[in-house]
Amino acid sequence: MNKIIEKEFFSENVAKFVLEAPEIARSRKAGHFVIIRLDEKGERVPLTISDGDPEKGTITLVVQKVGVTSARLLDMNAGDEILDVVGPLGHATHIQNYGTVLCAGGGVGVAPLLPIIKALKEAGNKVISVLAGRTRELIILEDEVAAYSDEVIVMTDDGSYGKKGLVTAGMEEVIQREKVDKAVVIGPAIMMKFGSLTTKKYNISTEVSLNTIMVDGTGMCGACRVSIGGKTKFVCVDGPEFDAFLVDWDEMMMRMGAYRTEEHQAFENYLQTAEISK
Amino acid sequence: MENIAQYILDGRNEDWRVELRKSMKAKERTSIVRVIMPEQDPNVRNKNSVEVNTGITEEMAIAEAHRCLDCPEPTCTTGCPVGINIPAFIKKIETGDFLGAASVIKQTNALPAVCGRVCPQEKQCELNCFYTQKLKKPAIAIGNLERFTADYERNSGKMSIPDVAKANKHKIAVVGSGPAGLAAAGDLAKAGYDVTVFEALHEIGGVLKYGIPEFRLPNDIVDVEIENMRKMGVKFRTDYIVGKTSSFEDLRADGFEAFFVGSGAGLPRFMNIPGENFNGIFSSNEYLTRVNLMKAAHEDYDTPVLMGKNVAVIGGGNTAMDSVRTAKRLGAERAMIIYRRSMEEMPARAEEVHHALDEGIEFLNLHNPIEYFADEKGRVNKMKVQRMELAEPDASGRRRPVPMEGEGAQFDIDVDLVIVAVGVSPNPIVPESLKQLKMTDWGTIVVDKETMQSSIEDVFAGGDIVRGGATVILAMGDGRKAAAGIHKYMMEKVAAN
Ligand SMILES: Cc1cc2nc3c(=O)[nH]c(=O)nc-3n(C[C@H](O)[C@H](O)[C@H](O)COP(=O)(O)OP(=O)(O)OC[C@H]3O[C@@H](n4cnc5c(N)ncnc54)[C@H](O)[C@@H]3O)c2cc1C
Ligand SMILES: Cc1cc2nc3c(=O)[nH]c(=O)nc-3n(C[C@H](O)[C@H](O)[C@H](O)COP(=O)(O)OP(=O)(O)OC[C@H]3O[C@@H](n4cnc5c(N)ncnc54)[C@H](O)[C@@H]3O)c2cc1C
Ligand code: SF4
Ligand code: FES
Repeated sequence: MNKIIEKEFFSENVAKFVLEAPEIARSRKAGHFVIIRLDEKGERVPLTISDGDPEKGTITLVVQKVGVTSARLLDMNAGDEILDVVGPLGHATHIQNYGTVLCAGGGVGVAPLLPIIKALKEAGNKVISVLAGRTRELIILEDEVAAYSDEVIVMTDDGSYGKKGLVTAGMEEVIQREKVDKAVVIGPAIMMKFGSLTTKKYNISTEVSLNTIMVDGTGMCGACRVSIGGKTKFVCVDGPEFDAFLVDWDEMMMRMGAYRTEEHQAFENYLQTAEISK
Repeated sequence: MENIAQYILDGRNEDWRVELRKSMKAKERTSIVRVIMPEQDPNVRNKNSVEVNTGITEEMAIAEAHRCLDCPEPTCTTGCPVGINIPAFIKKIETGDFLGAASVIKQTNALPAVCGRVCPQEKQCELNCFYTQKLKKPAIAIGNLERFTADYERNSGKMSIPDVAKANKHKIAVVGSGPAGLAAAGDLAKAGYDVTVFEALHEIGGVLKYGIPEFRLPNDIVDVEIENMRKMGVKFRTDYIVGKTSSFEDLRADGFEAFFVGSGAGLPRFMNIPGENFNGIFSSNEYLTRVNLMKAAHEDYDTPVLMGKNVAVIGGGNTAMDSVRTAKRLGAERAMIIYRRSMEEMPARAEEVHHALDEGIEFLNLHNPIEYFADEKGRVNKMKVQRMELAEPDASGRRRPVPMEGEGAQFDIDVDLVIVAVGVSPNPIVPESLKQLKMTDWGTIVVDKETMQSSIEDVFAGGDIVRGGATVILAMGDGRKAAAGIHKYMMEKVAAN
C-alpha cells in the first residue's frame, strides 16, 4: 500500500502525484520507472518517476489520462492508497557532460524528461529544452524544466502558446543556430519517430525512452519487446532508453495498438459507470 | 543395493509395519488393480477452470495402499529428489491413519499438496517402483496418494504447524517466493531465524501462481501453505525487487546476515524467426501471467488478453501444455501443439499430455514454425511450418530433429494466436546487481552442491536460478539444502565471534 501524499492538476487530463515509497525514493535515479496497480482488479501500468525525495521517502509521478487506469488514478486524491507500486525499474539514464544537449518533450513525455534534464544540467551540460503540445493547456512542467535549462522553447500545434508549429520545427531552429552534441527526445511514439528523423539529418546522436505495453516490468513476459537494430529487446530490462536511430518505429507503433479495441471498450464502460455514480 | 537411506530402512522394522505386511499375501496385493484418479468429463472441463482431477476417496486410497509391498529395498525412494519415506506414508494410509501419513511426508516435503499434483512421478518415484521395474505392472500411484494425504490433512482442519525453535534474532533474506524460496524460508523459520521473503510480483508463489493454471493447481492450495508459513513467523514483502528496490548492500546494512536467492528462470525465450513480433504472438509467460496472475479472462478485471479461434502453441513441455489447454478453455476452436520432436520426447508430464488429448487438443509433432504472417493491422493470421524427422542418435544418444526435404515439407496454417513456449532463461536481476557473483555461461549461479553457497560467502542459491528451468520438487530440495547450509554458516559465524 502506498499513500498518495499530494495531488495537483496540471490540466484537465494531466496530474502530478506525490506517493509514499521510501525504498524506491532511496534507490531511484533519472530514467527509472515504476509499475503500479491501483487495486485488486487493476492492471499493471508503467509510469516514469519524474522526481523523488529520499529524505521524505516520496516519489513523484505525472500522469496523463488516456484510458481506464490513468482515468481511475486521476480520480484518486491525497490520502487514498495505491495497492501496488514496484520499482525502480529499467536502467537509469546514462549521464555525462556532452556539451550542448537538446531535450525535446511532447505532451506528458515532459514528465520523464524532467529528471534527465536535471541530471544533465548537474553534470555540466548546456541544456536547451523544447516543450511541445497540441495546445496551451497540454504544456506541462514548464517552470520546473526552466529551472534546469539554459533555454526553453515552447511549441504548440495551434499557436495558442509559445511558437506555432510541431516539435520538430523547434528542434530544427536550435540545431541550425548552434552546435548540438546530443539529443534526448521523449513523448508519444510518433513524435519520437519524427523527432529522431530530424536529429538524424544532422547526425546528432539521440536517445529516446520507449513506452511500450508492459505487464510485469521485470523481463518476465516479453510484452514490451521491440526491435532495436534488428534484434529483439525488452524495453523494461534492456531500456527504456535506446539509441533512437536503431528503433523499428513502425513495429513498435503496431505493437502498441495490440489492444486498441479492448482498451477503447473498457474506457467507454468506465466513463459510463463514472458518469452514473456522479 | 542402491543407496537407500537408513531412516527408510529402519522404519520398516517397526512392529506395526511387520504386522501389516503379514496381514495380506503379496500375491493378493499385486492382483489389486491400480486406482484410477477420477476427473471431470473432458468436454465439460475444457470449458471451465476448475481442477481436472477431482481426487481419490478414502476407500480408494486404502485399496491402493494395499498394493504396496513395503519392499525390503524400496527403490521408489531413490527416485524422490527429497527422499520422502514413501513406504512409511503408504503403510500409514493402509491402516487409515491419514494424518500420520501426512506427518511422515512433511518430514521431508514442505508442500505435498503441490508436489502430489505437479511432480513428474512417472519419471521419479513411480518409475523406480518395484511394480514398474520388476513386475512390469502399473506402479503404485504414489503421486495420487501424496495428493490424497495432503488434501485430507488440509480439509481435516487439523493441519499441523511445524514446531518453531526459539527465536534467535538473526535476520535472513529470501529472494523470490517460488517453491525454492518457500522451502528455504520454512526450514529457516523452523530453526528460529527471523525470515523475510522478498517477492518482485504482487503475489507470493512464483510459478505456482503466475504459471501453473488453476485447473491443475488451485491457488487456494498454495495460499494455505503460505498462510501456515506466516503462522510460523515468516514475513513476506511483495512488490520488492532485491537488487532494484534495495541492493544487497542496503539489506546487509538493515541487518540481514545471509541471503537465499531463489529468483527462478523467468525470462522467456523466443525463436528469432521472421514475424515473431506481430500482435497475437505471446511468450507463454505473458499469456499465462495475463490469465492466471492478472485474471484477464474475468470480465471485472482490467487486464486484457487477446482471444484466438485458431491457436498454435510452440513447444512440448509443461508450459506448452498449460498454455494450449488454457487457450482451449478460453474458447479456441482449434488449439494445437506444434513440437519439433515426436510424442515420446515431449518433456511434459505424461498425465498432462493425456489430459490434453482427451480435451481435444491437436498435436502436430515433428513440425517447427519458420515464419509468421499478419493482416494489415499487424495481427498474426498465418504461420509457415516445416516438417521434421528424427536423425540417427548423436553422441548424446538423443535423436535430433532435422528438416525434411521435398514436396509438402513446408506448409501454411491459419492462426490468430500463437504462444511461444520454447524455454526460459535465468532471471538476470540478481546477478546484475552482484557483480562479484560467479556465474556459468548459461547465466545460472554457481553454487556448492552440498551447501548451495555461492561464490559470495553470505549468498546461497537454488531452484531454477541454479539449474535453469527444472521442476518444483528440485527447487524445493535446493531450498531445504540451502537452509541447512545457511544454518551451518550462521553457527560458524556466531561461534567465531
Ligand atoms: C517506461 C514507461 C514509462 C511511462 N511513463 C509515463 C508517465 O510518466 N506518465 C504517463 O502518463 N504515462 C506514462 N507511460 C504510459 C502509460 O503507461 C500508459 O499511458 C498507461 O499504461 C495507459 O493505461 P490506461 O489503462 O490508462 O490506458 P489504456 O486503456 O491501456 O490505453 C488507452 C489508450 O492509450 C494508448 N496507450 C496505451 N499504452 C500507452 C503507452 N504506453 N503510451 C502511449 N499511449 C498508450 C492506447 O493505445 C490506447 O489508445 C509510460 C509507459 C512506459 C512503458
Ligand atoms: C507454466 C509452467 C508449468 C510448469 N509445470 C510444472 C510441473 O507440472 N511440474 C514441475 O515440477 N515443474 C513445473 N514447472 C517448473 C517449475 O514451476 C519451476 O521449476 C519452479 O517453479 C522453480 O522454482 P523457483 O523457486 O526456482 O523459481 P520460481 O517459481 O520461478 O520463482 C521465482 C520467484 O522469484 C521472483 N524474483 C525474481 N527475481 C527477484 C528479485 N530480484 N527480487 C525479488 N523477487 C524476485 C520472481 O518474481 C518469482 O516469483 C512449470 C513451469 C511453468 C512456467
Ligand atoms: S517400490 Fe513400489 S511397492 Fe515397493 S515400497 Fe516403493 S511404492 Fe511400495
Ligand atoms: S514488461 Fe514483461 S518483459 Fe517487459
